[in-house]
Amino acid sequence: MSAVTVPDVKRPPHFPEEHYLNNSFSLKSWLTTTDHKRIAWLFFVALTFMFFIGGAAATVMRLELLTPAGDLVSDGSYARLFSTHGIIMVWFFLIPSIPNTFGNFLLPMMIGAKDMAFPRINLLSWYVYMLGAGVLIGALFAGSPDAGWTFYTPLSTQYTDPATIIAAVGVFIVGFSTIMTAINFIVTTHRLRAPGMTWFRLPLFVWSMYAVAILMLLATPVLAITLLMVTVQHWLGIAIFNPAMGGDPLLFQHMFWFYSHPAVYIMLIPAMGVVSELITTFSRKQVFGYEIMVFSMLMISLASFFVWGHHMFVAGESVYSALIFSVMTFIVSVPSAIKIFNWTTTMYKGKISFDAPMLYGVSFIGLFLVGGLTGLILAMTGLDMNLHGTYFVIAHFHYIMVGGAVTAYMGALHYWWPKITGRMYPEMWGRAAAIAIFVGFNATFGPQYLLGVAGMPRRYHTYPPVYQVLNEASTAGAVVLAVGYALPFCYLIWSLRYGKIAPPNPWGATGLEWKTASPPPPHNFEEPVMVTDKPYDYIKYDAEHGEWQGRP
Amino acid sequence: MNAKSDQIKEQFETLEQQKSADRLGMWIFLATETMLFGGLFFAYTASHTLHPHVFSEASHELEWNLEFGNTAVLLTSGFTMALAEIAVSLKRRGLTTLLLLTTIFLGIWFLVVKGVEYVDDFQNGIVPFIAGGYFYTGPSPEIAKLFFNFYFALTGLHAFHMSIGVLLLFIMTTLAWRWRDPDKLTRQMTIVGLYWAFIDVAWMVIYTTLYLLQQ
Repeated sequence: MSAVTVPDVKRPPHFPEEHYLNNSFSLKSWLTTTDHKRIAWLFFVALTFMFFIGGAAATVMRLELLTPAGDLVSDGSYARLFSTHGIIMVWFFLIPSIPNTFGNFLLPMMIGAKDMAFPRINLLSWYVYMLGAGVLIGALFAGSPDAGWTFYTPLSTQYTDPATIIAAVGVFIVGFSTIMTAINFIVTTHRLRAPGMTWFRLPLFVWSMYAVAILMLLATPVLAITLLMVTVQHWLGIAIFNPAMGGDPLLFQHMFWFYSHPAVYIMLIPAMGVVSELITTFSRKQVFGYEIMVFSMLMISLASFFVWGHHMFVAGESVYSALIFSVMTFIVSVPSAIKIFNWTTTMYKGKISFDAPMLYGVSFIGLFLVGGLTGLILAMTGLDMNLHGTYFVIAHFHYIMVGGAVTAYMGALHYWWPKITGRMYPEMWGRAAAIAIFVGFNATFGPQYLLGVAGMPRRYHTYPPVYQVLNEASTAGAVVLAVGYALPFCYLIWSLRYGKIAPPNPWGATGLEWKTASPPPPHNFEEPVMVTDKPYDYIKYDAEHGEWQGRP
Repeated sequence: MNAKSDQIKEQFETLEQQKSADRLGMWIFLATETMLFGGLFFAYTASHTLHPHVFSEASHELEWNLEFGNTAVLLTSGFTMALAEIAVSLKRRGLTTLLLLTTIFLGIWFLVVKGVEYVDDFQNGIVPFIAGGYFYTGPSPEIAKLFFNFYFALTGLHAFHMSIGVLLLFIMTTLAWRWRDPDKLTRQMTIVGLYWAFIDVAWMVIYTTLYLLQQ
C-alpha cells in the first residue's frame, strides 16, 4: 500500500529502540503529552474506570431483579442505580469509547499523519472529559441522579434529587470534550492525509471516524443547550420547559432525542468501522463494495437526524408526524442492512481464520442484526404502543449498544493491542472471553425480549412472580457476561509484561498503521509515507508477502 | 525536503496546510456554535407557535430603539475588527493596536448598554426569575414569562459569547503591542476575527427575532 520500508518479518520480533511509550516515563510527560497515541491511553484508562462503575450499578440491578420482591435495594435506590448506569455508560463510556481511544490512536496513523491537526486541543479534550467525569462522580456522592438517563422535564427540573442536575452539568461538560475530538477528526482527515491518500483510499475505519465526527458536531451542541436550559430552569428559575408558564415539556423530549437518536449512531458507526477492518483482515479479502460501505455510513449519519420522533410515539405526537418518523426509521435501516450484506459477502469464499478479533467481528454482525431487526419492530407505531416502556426496548438497545458497540470495542482492543502495546494477548484466553461475552450477552438480554413481549415494564425493582424464571435466566447470563469482561481486564494487563513480543504486522493486514513498528515511534513513521493503492488489497498483499501463516 | 521553518508545527508539512487547517477548525467550531444557538432558537420558535399573540404583545416591552443603536455599535465593531485584520497583514503595528482597542471599546459599550437594558427590564417588571422583578400586566402574564425567559436566555448566551470575544481581543491587543511575530499574529487574528463575526451575526438574528419581528 505504501513505499514505506516494511520491517524484515523474518527477524525474530523485538521492540524498536525508541517508541512512543519509552521516550519518556514521568507522570508529567503523560499528563502534558500531545501525542495522540498517549492521549488515547489516557482516555482508555479513564473509560475503563467509568465502565466498571457503570457495570457495578448494572450488577446490583441484576441481583435485585433475581427475585420478584424488592429485597436488595429500595425503589429510590433502584432509580438511582439505573440512572447512574445509563448516564455513565452512554456519555462516559460508549460515546467516547471507540473514537477517543482507537480513533485517537489510529486515525492519524491510518492516513499517514504524524499527529492530529490540533494536538493540544486533543489533550484538552481529555481534561474536559475528566472534569465532566469528576462532576458526575461528585453527583453520585451528592445523592445520585434518579430521573433516568434521559433527564425528562418536569421530572428532572422539579421533582427529583438535586444531584440529577449536577449530573446534567457533568454531561454538559463532557459534550465539549466530544466536540473538540470531532473537530480534530474532521480537520485531520481533511488536511493531513499523506500524499496519495485520496478519499477513496481511506480505510473504512477512518471513514467511520469522519462520519461520526459530523454527527458529534451537529448533535452535541443541541444536547448542550438543552441541558443548559434544564439547568438554568432548575437553578435560576429561567424556565423554558415549565408547563405552568406555557412551556412545553414535549419540546424537551424533541430536543433531547434530536441529539440522542444520532447519539445511537455515534456509538454504532465507529463499531461499523472497526468491524469492517476486522472482517476484511481475517477473511483475507477486499471489502465487498467499498464505495457502498462509505456511502451507507454517510447515509446513516444523515438519516439519523430525521428519526428522533420514534422515541415519542406514545408521548403525544400527531399521527402524521408519527407516520413520517416511522417511515424514516425504516429508511435508515436500509444502509445498515447494506452493511451487513457487505460484511457477509466479504466473508463469502474468503480464507477465514477465527482469531479473537474475528470472533468479536462475527458476533457483532449477529448481535447487531438481532438488535436492528427488533428496532424495526419498535419503529412500527402500532406495535410500539404495546412495547414502549417494556423490557423489549431495554433488550433492543442493549443489543445495539452492548452487543454492537461494546463488542466492536473489544474486537478493536484485541486487534490493535499488539500495535498499541507491542505485545500479543494470549490467544486462547482471548477466544474464551469472546465466546463468554457472546454467550453471556445473549443469555442476559435474550430473555428480556420475552419479558418485554410478556409486558414487564422497565424501571421497576419489583415484578409479579410470573416473570421470575426469565429474570433468573437473565441474571445468570449477566454472571457469564461479567466473567467475559473481567477476563480481558486480567489477561491484557498480564500481557503488558508477559505477552509475546508482537511483530509490526501480526495479522498480515494492509493498513498504514501496520507498516510501522509495534509500538510505533513517537511520530508514527520513520520515513515519509506515500500511498499508491486502494485499501484492503489482500490478493496483492498475499502475492507479495506469501500467504499469511496465521497469528505469530 | 527543505528544513521546516519554526512557524510550522510538527504535524504539518507546509505553512499553507497549517493555515488552512486552523481556518477549517474554526469554521467547524462555528458550525457547532450555530447548532448551540440554533437549539435555543428552535425552542423559541416552537414556543412562539404555541402562544403567538402573548409573545407578540410581550415583545413590546423590550427596548428596540435602545438596541437599535447597540446593533449599530456591534456592526461597527465588526467593521473595525475587519480593518484590524487588514492592518496586521500590512504589518502596521500601531494601526492594528488602535483598531483592536476600538473594537474592544465598542464591544464593552455594547455590553454596558445591554446591562442598562437589563436594569430597565427589572424596573419595568419583566424579570420573572428574580423576586419582585415581575409585575407585567399585558395579556396572560403567566405565559408571557416564557417569552421573557427566552429573551434572557438568548441575550444572556450572546453576552457570554461577547465576553469571551472581548477577552480574546484583549489577548490579541497584548500580542499586537508586543509585536514579536507578526506572521503568526496575522493567522491568529483571522481566527479571532471569524469568532467576532459570528457574534455579530448571532446578534443580528436575536435582534430581528426578539425585538423587530413583532413590532
